[in-house]
Amino acid sequence: MLSIRDLHARIGERKILKGLNLEVGAGEVHAIMGPNGSGKSTLASVLAGREGFEVTAGRVEYLGQDLLAMEPEERARAGVFLAFQYPVEIPGVNNAYLLKAALNAVRKPRGLPELDAFEFLALVREKMKLMQMDEAFLSRGVNEGFSGGEKKRNEILQMLVLEPHLALLDETDSGLDIDALKVVARGVNTLRSGERAIVLVTHYQRLLDYIVPDRVHVLARGRILRSGDRQLALELEKRGYDWVTGAAA
Amino acid sequence: MLTTPTDLDALVAQKYRHGFVTDIESDTLPPGLDEDVIRLVSRMKGEPGFMLDWRLKAFRHWLTMREPDWAHLRIAPIDYQAISYYSAPKKKDGPKSLEEVDPKLLATYEKLGVPLHERARLAGVAVDAVFDSVSVATTFKDRLARAGVIFCPFSDAVRDHPELVERYLGSVVPHTDNYFAALNSAVFTDGSFVFVPKGVRCPMELSTYFRINAANTGQFERTLIVAEEGSQVSYLEGCTAPMRDENQLHAAVVELVALADAQIKYSTVQNWYPGDENGIGGIYNFVTKRGECRGANSRISWTQVETGSAITWKYPSCILTGENSVGEFYSVALANHYQQADTGTKMIHIGRNTRSTIVSKGISAGHGQNTYRGLVKILPSAAGARNYTQCDSLLMGDRCGAHTFPYMEIKNPTAVVEHEATTSKIADDQLFYCRSRGISEEDAVNMIVNGFCKVVFKELPMEFAVEAQNLLAVSLEGAVG
Repeated sequence: MLSIRDLHARIGERKILKGLNLEVGAGEVHAIMGPNGSGKSTLASVLAGREGFEVTAGRVEYLGQDLLAMEPEERARAGVFLAFQYPVEIPGVNNAYLLKAALNAVRKPRGLPELDAFEFLALVREKMKLMQMDEAFLSRGVNEGFSGGEKKRNEILQMLVLEPHLALLDETDSGLDIDALKVVARGVNTLRSGERAIVLVTHYQRLLDYIVPDRVHVLARGRILRSGDRQLALELEKRGYDWVTGAAA
Repeated sequence: MLTTPTDLDALVAQKYRHGFVTDIESDTLPPGLDEDVIRLVSRMKGEPGFMLDWRLKAFRHWLTMREPDWAHLRIAPIDYQAISYYSAPKKKDGPKSLEEVDPKLLATYEKLGVPLHERARLAGVAVDAVFDSVSVATTFKDRLARAGVIFCPFSDAVRDHPELVERYLGSVVPHTDNYFAALNSAVFTDGSFVFVPKGVRCPMELSTYFRINAANTGQFERTLIVAEEGSQVSYLEGCTAPMRDENQLHAAVVELVALADAQIKYSTVQNWYPGDENGIGGIYNFVTKRGECRGANSRISWTQVETGSAITWKYPSCILTGENSVGEFYSVALANHYQQADTGTKMIHIGRNTRSTIVSKGISAGHGQNTYRGLVKILPSAAGARNYTQCDSLLMGDRCGAHTFPYMEIKNPTAVVEHEATTSKIADDQLFYCRSRGISEEDAVNMIVNGFCKVVFKELPMEFAVEAQNLLAVSLEGAVG
């Protein structure tokens, strides 16, 4: 589904990704771990199309398409979803309104009809229940005055509603207490399916206790230095990132 | 909030969609202004003597005045002798009904989205259509008359209700008030007149649609709304003009009078031609709007959405004379390309326990300059007066400007005055967030701007709130990217 070949990217003069390779197949859950500043969030940003990141070399193929040539909204409509590490507040824009516009934007290219307000509300209410969110969230401004945990839940709610083919979660676990973490993990797990790929960017092994990955990769110094299965994450927890970064040096 | 993407594409593809000229034969006075011109205008309109005297008094005063220069505006010199002060579509006798109105005029308003045929109109809205210097049609007159409401062109009011006009005209904005108000008092040609008698709640929204068509003319309309004790009325004005390379002058005066327990809600969606993206052409919109809450417990509410005009100079104000009276001002002002807006309000608290609310949202894009200028004045007599002011500015790009000049004169120690102001930029983060959810950049900008303006839009009557959002979408075309 997602094939990243020799990806190089920089912000300004600073080179962050230096020849990254990654293959993610449909139905798989991959975890990308690594120390601070290793390029994990850059990878998520580049895949979603955020401005300010310059790709200097490499290719990213997504469902046979050249992902890097697509505008951010085209990527979203093609089924790519990024759950943000720091979701931004948009005052005055109704949370439900944004979500409905987003849903109809991704339904169109799938050949699905627009949902009317009633159908939309029924769908969102069901997903909100799963995320243990109060309905009052719908009528608030997008992330306006949300706590850190509420913002993260809201991201996962959006993901459940939009049903992407490829979900990228950028440190969704950071700042969550254990109860919130379980709720978020349950949300993500309901989305696991044979047609969908999930890439978790995370700092800690803890999240992987609840969302069990098929593959674990260690990203450091702009490249994937080691890949393995779930055991790799446990090993990392025990031995620290130096174990990998030092070994590869 | 948003229309479908295809609608929006169509919207942004058109730059200024009201820029056409109607090819219609007009009686237009040659440019120039002196007492003879004023006498001629007054005679053509068959006005009573008091009107002519008032006009001449205003003109003589105007000659002693100078253009104001305190606003944060750059204005090219205006040659008042190069303007024609009267232009009207040719007609044999005045149309008695819509059937007699020139079909070209009907087609013009149809094209502007303001069909004048009553059956085609939104059922709840009566319209007065002003074309250049004269009113060409007023709808639903009979139905309103049955409720006792007078809604007619100003010229008709001078003829049919001279005692009301004489009593209230100039009672809120005197002919000496300011340079443009004095000029308007001397040369105004038409506008709307509304009178809602005691205890009557006006059965429908009233609306005036102003259209400048002829070249080298100014539009000087006068609107007077009187709400007697315990009455209520909601009034909306809309404005458009053709695209021309010359600047055209629009100097209107609006006066509102609310007697005890009366409520007037006045909404404006102003979309005069703003000039092109290089700042050529556009309307100079120099307008004096003021309402007086003359009676106890009365309320006047101004809501304005200002997207058009090359220059806007406008401060819809409230004089809160009656005890417990309430003044409100809700404003969205947009300055894109080379537009300049210097707008705000004055709240003059005279009566005890008077309250006022000011919410101003300024949006600057391109090279636009947007200024909020507001005065809150609390006189010694206004014990217990309260004001709340909030002015927020949104900047798009780095070549535009936002300025805030709040003035406060508090002469009573029991007054409570609050002021909040913010300035923000549309953040790339917000745009990216929306786009990463599949929403196009244009839709995202509109969504964010509309969110910013939400508290003002919700004061507008429903249909016009939608129109206002669409207008912002068109007016912001090319503001990002």
